[in-house]
Amino acid sequence: MANIKELVKQKELFTGGHRACTGCGAVIVARQVLMVAGPNTVVAGATGCLEVVSTIFPYTAWNIPFIHSAFENAAATISGVEALYKSWVRQGKYNKKINFIAFGGDGGTYDIGLQSLSGAVERGHNILYVCYNNEAYMNTGVQRSGATPKGADTTTAPVGKVRKGKEQSRKNLTEIMIAHDMPYVAQSVAGNWRDLTSKVEKALSIEGPKFINVLQPCMLGWSYKPEITCQMGRLAVDACVWPLYEFVNGRYKITYKPKQKKPVSEWFSPQGRFRHLLKPENKQMLDEIQAQVDNFWENLLKKEAPAQNQ
Amino acid sequence: MAKTNIVARTGNEAMAEAMRQINPDVVAAYPITPATEIVQIFAGYVADGLVDTEFVPVESEHSAMSACIGASAAGGRIMTGTSSQGLALMAEMLYIASGLRLPIVMADVNRALSSPINIHCDHSDTMMVKDAGWIQIFSENAQEAYDNMIQAVRIAEEALLPVIVTTDGFIISHCMERIEIIDDKDVKNFVGEKKLGNYLLNVDKPITIGAMDLPDYYFEHKRQHIEAMIESKDIILSVAKEFSGLFGRSYGLFEVYRLEDADCAIVLMGSTVGTAKAVADNLREKGIKAGVLGLRVFRPFPKEEIAQALKNIKAIAVMDRSDSMNAQEGPVCLEVKASLFDDSASPNNVLNYIYGLGGREVRIEDIESVYKGLGEVIKGKSKNKITYLGVRE
Repeated sequence: MANIKELVKQKELFTGGHRACTGCGAVIVARQVLMVAGPNTVVAGATGCLEVVSTIFPYTAWNIPFIHSAFENAAATISGVEALYKSWVRQGKYNKKINFIAFGGDGGTYDIGLQSLSGAVERGHNILYVCYNNEAYMNTGVQRSGATPKGADTTTAPVGKVRKGKEQSRKNLTEIMIAHDMPYVAQSVAGNWRDLTSKVEKALSIEGPKFINVLQPCMLGWSYKPEITCQMGRLAVDACVWPLYEFVNGRYKITYKPKQKKPVSEWFSPQGRFRHLLKPENKQMLDEIQAQVDNFWENLLKKEAPAQNQ
Repeated sequence: MAKTNIVARTGNEAMAEAMRQINPDVVAAYPITPATEIVQIFAGYVADGLVDTEFVPVESEHSAMSACIGASAAGGRIMTGTSSQGLALMAEMLYIASGLRLPIVMADVNRALSSPINIHCDHSDTMMVKDAGWIQIFSENAQEAYDNMIQAVRIAEEALLPVIVTTDGFIISHCMERIEIIDDKDVKNFVGEKKLGNYLLNVDKPITIGAMDLPDYYFEHKRQHIEAMIESKDIILSVAKEFSGLFGRSYGLFEVYRLEDADCAIVLMGSTVGTAKAVADNLREKGIKAGVLGLRVFRPFPKEEIAQALKNIKAIAVMDRSDSMNAQEGPVCLEVKASLFDDSASPNNVLNYIYGLGGREVRIEDIESVYKGLGEVIKGKSKNKITYLGVRE
């Protein structure tokens, strides 16, 4: 594993000058993934924040080959690139080793792109799919997605006089991907560079489909101060709302266990989207969410336990 | 003249055979009646190691075209096949493939669109994507389907535009015909090696494909795309000329049949061109000067050439195997009429017949009734501008 001094000395493959918001977590994810992947990498991006801010013609922030075609098909698009690679290698027309990476937001991954992702994984392409998960449709203006947590205020599930934000829990995409029985699945976070880069490195060393679900704080959609993006990522992990773990060779491994688990309210408090949940009249909802988080974390510890006993 | 082998093949088998000989780098496809056989037969070639192709059995037609786009942008020679609902599901990606100027070749077996669900032939699927910026080539029979697929590879790569080659569902796709197959090595030589420009797998020269185009650039890029469509007409003709010289079968933008001295003519596309030619022969024996214009290339639309070919015809019927749902006429008729109008000829003697939707049989008598209608126009009688041929009203 490269240390941070080595990583920052490399040529920037995702450059500055893009149009992302101040404090954007998505571009941190893209930059750190490419630091590990290196120049022999082809990236497909789903329509979304990352694609829009990085490729406004005639400029591009990508110093590696990049393709965007549509919203719901980053996995299918990169699978086509990888298929051509296999064909050319077999025909003796190409001999470099290439990493194939797709980036999609949570809308493009949990929702509209889930079929395409599932298909590409089932077909066994040698690809790494990275979901930069900011828990809503941020590019179109903070609409609820399948990744939006219960209670969050979004523009299509707003907090009103009667309703209190999103009424449903988010789907557990990481577990859905684990159910594909694929070689590598992980959760990581923008704000822990070591965790993300080491997972990308491990993923790229494995043949076959890989998936990393990266929680990516979004100052605009979550409504917090832009300078605390990375702290927000770490806080999510410390509150166990976003555990860092891997699923490799059929086994769970939690890659970070907080020494002192923080209450969910501490994770909520810097964020405008959860502000209403901290009001006394909504305490019951807060307690329910805390119970869900506790339950998920306990279950994850149990899932990991058999491996530790061996 | 190159050596050919005479065989019996269905339209689907002929198209699959062409794909085997073309030996594309990647085929990504999803099953749909009546096009399934094309990729099914092709998957057999892959399984037997007869081609170098990486076959990507995707989970939908949307992903099929997405994978084709990825593979084509990466630098490969890419083919696929679909029909009807599959083409509809792909529609979003068809515009993207052409806008990215990717020379993908697709077999489309024409089938009616739902609902009501129907698996038989009409042209509503292909007409739905007529403005998607793809070259569209129609085939009258299995031989043309085979020849068109081979020519399409050259056309696509020279024009940097994707090409749809269509057959009529079941009528061509499943009908066994006598066709002439070109030798493998001659097809290989004819299609040649794909020329590489900028491509994704060239990591030494990284490029961004599919960038965000705002109002300061989008219009110019679209204008270039439109110009490429216009210019592709000459490419189609030059490829056809080379093909004809090597293999003996002539192709143009359309086929004219007994049109030179005709009083009345039918303009149409696909398998019914053959029926119309047979009816024209019968009518000629009765002294009626009937002719046929069988359209091969619907996009780019050969407007000047069609206006020229029809300029002396007294009455014209355009037969559309789809309807534009309360447009002035069906899509082919609209194009033909507009072409005549632009050429200062009178478009007033053009009738439109909508026929054969959902696989409704088109009989000899139906075509005869079209010519009969044209005869009445020549005599000065007024006729309905649109007739729904063979429907129970």
